[in-house]
Amino acid sequence: MMNATVDPKKLIKGATGDWEVVIGMEIHAQVTSKSKLFSGASTDFGGDQNSHVSLVDAAMPGMLPVINEECVSQAVRTGLGLEAEIHLRSVFDRKNYFYPDLPQGYQISQYKYPIVGEGKVIVDLVDGSQITVGIERLHLEQDAGKSLHDQHPTMSYVDLNRSGVALMEIVSKPDLRSAEEARAYVTKLRTIMRYLGTCDGNMDEGSLRADVNVSVRRPGEPLGTRCEIKNVNSIRFIGQAVDVEARRQIAIIEDGGKIDQETRLFDPAKGETRSMRSKEEAHDYRYFPDPDLLPLEFDQAFVDELKSHLPELPDAKKARFMAGYGLPAYDAGVLVAERAQADYFEAVAKGRDGKIAANWVINELFGRLNKEGKDVLTSPVSADQLGAIVDLIANGTISGKMAKDLFEIVFTEGGDPLRIVEERGMKQVTDTGAIEAAVDAVLAANPDKAEQAKTKPGMLGWFVGQVMKETGGKANPQSVSDLLKGKIGLE
Amino acid sequence: MTDLTQLTLAEARDALRSKTISASELTKAHLAAMEQARALNAYVLETPDQALAMAAKSDEKLAKGEAGPLEGIPLGIKDLYATQGVRTTACSNILGDFTPQYESTVTSQLWRDGAVMLGKLNNDEFAMGSSNESSSFGPVVSPWAPPEWPQDKLDAALKGDKKGLLVPGGSSGGSSAAVAAHLCLGATATDTGGSIRQPAAFTGTVGIKPTYGRCSRWGIVAFASSLDQAGPIARTVRDSAIMLRSMAGHDAKDTTSVDRAVPDYEAAVGRSIKGMKIGIPKEYRVDGLSEEIDRLWLKGVQWLRDAGAEIVDVSLPHTKYALPAYYIVAPAEASSNLARYDGVRYGLRVPGKDIADMYEKTRAAGFGSEVRRRIMIGTYVLSAGYYDAYYVRAQKIRTLIRQDFENVYHAGVDAILTPATPSPAFGIGEMGASDPVEMYLNDIFTVTVNMAGLPGLALPAGLSAGGLPLGLQLIGRPFDEEALFSIAEVIEQAAGHFKPQQAWWA
Repeated sequence: MMNATVDPKKLIKGATGDWEVVIGMEIHAQVTSKSKLFSGASTDFGGDQNSHVSLVDAAMPGMLPVINEECVSQAVRTGLGLEAEIHLRSVFDRKNYFYPDLPQGYQISQYKYPIVGEGKVIVDLVDGSQITVGIERLHLEQDAGKSLHDQHPTMSYVDLNRSGVALMEIVSKPDLRSAEEARAYVTKLRTIMRYLGTCDGNMDEGSLRADVNVSVRRPGEPLGTRCEIKNVNSIRFIGQAVDVEARRQIAIIEDGGKIDQETRLFDPAKGETRSMRSKEEAHDYRYFPDPDLLPLEFDQAFVDELKSHLPELPDAKKARFMAGYGLPAYDAGVLVAERAQADYFEAVAKGRDGKIAANWVINELFGRLNKEGKDVLTSPVSADQLGAIVDLIANGTISGKMAKDLFEIVFTEGGDPLRIVEERGMKQVTDTGAIEAAVDAVLAANPDKAEQAKTKPGMLGWFVGQVMKETGGKANPQSVSDLLKGKIGLE
Repeated sequence: MTDLTQLTLAEARDALRSKTISASELTKAHLAAMEQARALNAYVLETPDQALAMAAKSDEKLAKGEAGPLEGIPLGIKDLYATQGVRTTACSNILGDFTPQYESTVTSQLWRDGAVMLGKLNNDEFAMGSSNESSSFGPVVSPWAPPEWPQDKLDAALKGDKKGLLVPGGSSGGSSAAVAAHLCLGATATDTGGSIRQPAAFTGTVGIKPTYGRCSRWGIVAFASSLDQAGPIARTVRDSAIMLRSMAGHDAKDTTSVDRAVPDYEAAVGRSIKGMKIGIPKEYRVDGLSEEIDRLWLKGVQWLRDAGAEIVDVSLPHTKYALPAYYIVAPAEASSNLARYDGVRYGLRVPGKDIADMYEKTRAAGFGSEVRRRIMIGTYVLSAGYYDAYYVRAQKIRTLIRQDFENVYHAGVDAILTPATPSPAFGIGEMGASDPVEMYLNDIFTVTVNMAGLPGLALPAGLSAGGLPLGLQLIGRPFDEEALFSIAEVIEQAAGHFKPQQAWWA
């Protein structure tokens, strides 16, 4: 059965043969919420050090955690977005270890009974194929604070702003087989959570971090020993870390060595992973149910209520775009990657040709935005403006070529597309008389070529070009072509 | 004028209302008694300025007829309760001079109701102990003098190492001693395995540990979260009922507190117990139970029967596993609860060569030996490979103990009567030095109640052959503290009050 799933394209060539890399991931996603998981302190990013810290977050004597219901709702929404089993009863445990940025001396997490169980994510790959990645579980836990080692020559400082912020740890099954799959999986997970509004997915601010478990094996063999690469904080680095780590492991095994189960760090500057601690040095976290918190219980009605308000998710939206607008899978995939993009597209496509709208959004708009480092939310061209440009093409007011010029004007200067066309005389000439005069002029100036064209219809294009030049590009090329054919006698 | 410290809390309340006395003079009388009794070491911090200011405010309110239920009543506060702007140490060096920016929910309710704070009371370090000997401030001396000690011997011991003077019980030893010595009208206390009831029994006072969830734990330094409960120690059943009414109540900041109306407990004092069914558990007749304790228990049975209660034999078969299971659960939770005392944010810090060294030096210097022992036990029982054998099994036993009680109550029993302690108070330095388990056995009758989360009340019922107080314990149904107050008052009426010799410590 394992053999059946091996895709030869994904194998890595070693010195002694092919290797398969097996990847599983633990994603730490910061829950979008106003306040922390167990306290009322703000979760805003970037405040002064230790400015968002309650007595609970600082673990003052006698302080007690109180669960933030919004965080629970967000975890359930995410679980629903992963088509996962929602557990109506879950338990918070204490994970005990000492660290200066962990004020309680334990992290409140969920160990045996997580809030969300098994689910799945469908991931699109660049070649158009899809894989299904199993979700093992999702649980809620507290984030730690931050140790600052560069503020004082001999001491470390601690910033507790993040201490107690809610995280969702999303654990995948070891279903990924390449760096590309790993990247695509995180990208998709991020998209789903951004649609749901449960995690902003902002990796620069640390809202999304990945622990990547990597092992290698000969195709068809049982799973190899894995290493866990901790806290990788960009999608690009995830891909690099997988490749680097897989090659490291292959080299060791091919040299007759053995992989030690350990925790490693990825160093993007050096392009290598380094050992953090071995299995023997691993902490004994002494998990036990947090006696300050009752088990977390809610009823199915609570889940159903959240479910009834879920937005349309990317997979469903993509299917609808393909069926409803006749878009190819790739285009639909590009549009749904961000909810704002999809919304923009739909606003442009409303009452218009979906394929033409998609073409303009993806090729013209996204291309131009990309150049400026902008996105649809900061686009200088609104969906209404772009829609108006598409309309002007459709009703023959401007030519496709003119439309591109018009788009550039709207992008850089703004304004109502129709008015711009009128004011700047960009209207396509549909007045047959004017076009006819231009055609006659061109034919008169080139009698030899006109004669040749009677037997060589391929020359028609040259004449069309000349007439367009004569009209400053404003003539409708179809009308020009029709007139020429008639006058040369090609019909 | 009579000595105002001799009033009960209820008498003082009535006298304040009728303006026979003022809150200020009542407070002053207690501050003077405290000063005289410093040798007992019941208070670790006196707050006379605050007390007088609060009393003055109470006098204004009393004058305006706006008196709260505890208006002008001077109380002592166990040092486990966080008091805003007032040093709170849990009697541990590791907290140093820690001064909270917050007030515990229970004490804030006492102040809301008009009570006056006299100071912070001694206790075993982090409430771990049964004799108040593990306090970083040193032991508390019971106001009950050892039988037949002449005054000069007492004086010498008081000035010296205090060996042989009696312990007030623990962990709420400062509370029980202060109440018994009339250094306050009542005191807050906490009970994790018997820390309210055993000291009450040792000092001839009344203490109640209410149902788990009845009082908020917010702002009380945690020992074992699933067992800790706040409660009062006072000199009479009525006084403890009055105090509990102010201390109890739901608190959104403690999700284990229960949202249930707080009854007027005082109204239950004096209510007939006719027809109530009182259970006598045979498993509490432990091996080696002294004859005088057994006799006291029988006396209690007779008093209740005389008052019209029906006495039934009941069985709580898992009782014998309660103590060992308790000494797994409580240290396990404590080992985690005390992890926050790491020298990083507050309290003691002993510098080290790196962070691990700082942790080790700080915690070695900051925690006393009993606390260190329990942290080690707790860490051990939660460790990989031992968790199932110890912690999980202890939790299973806990479930069985709870079911034992449920079965008895399901059969119609209203409350259970047992001895409070296996012996009267012992001397300072006499117990547990070579074998800590000897000390742990003090809790044999009380830990079951914490394990089951039930209310338990201890009150004096007689004196030992040597003239020391002996207590009985009443165990109630969940949230039926009222039944305990009604039954306790019957015993109190029959047994009378027990006072230590006049102020030999002064």
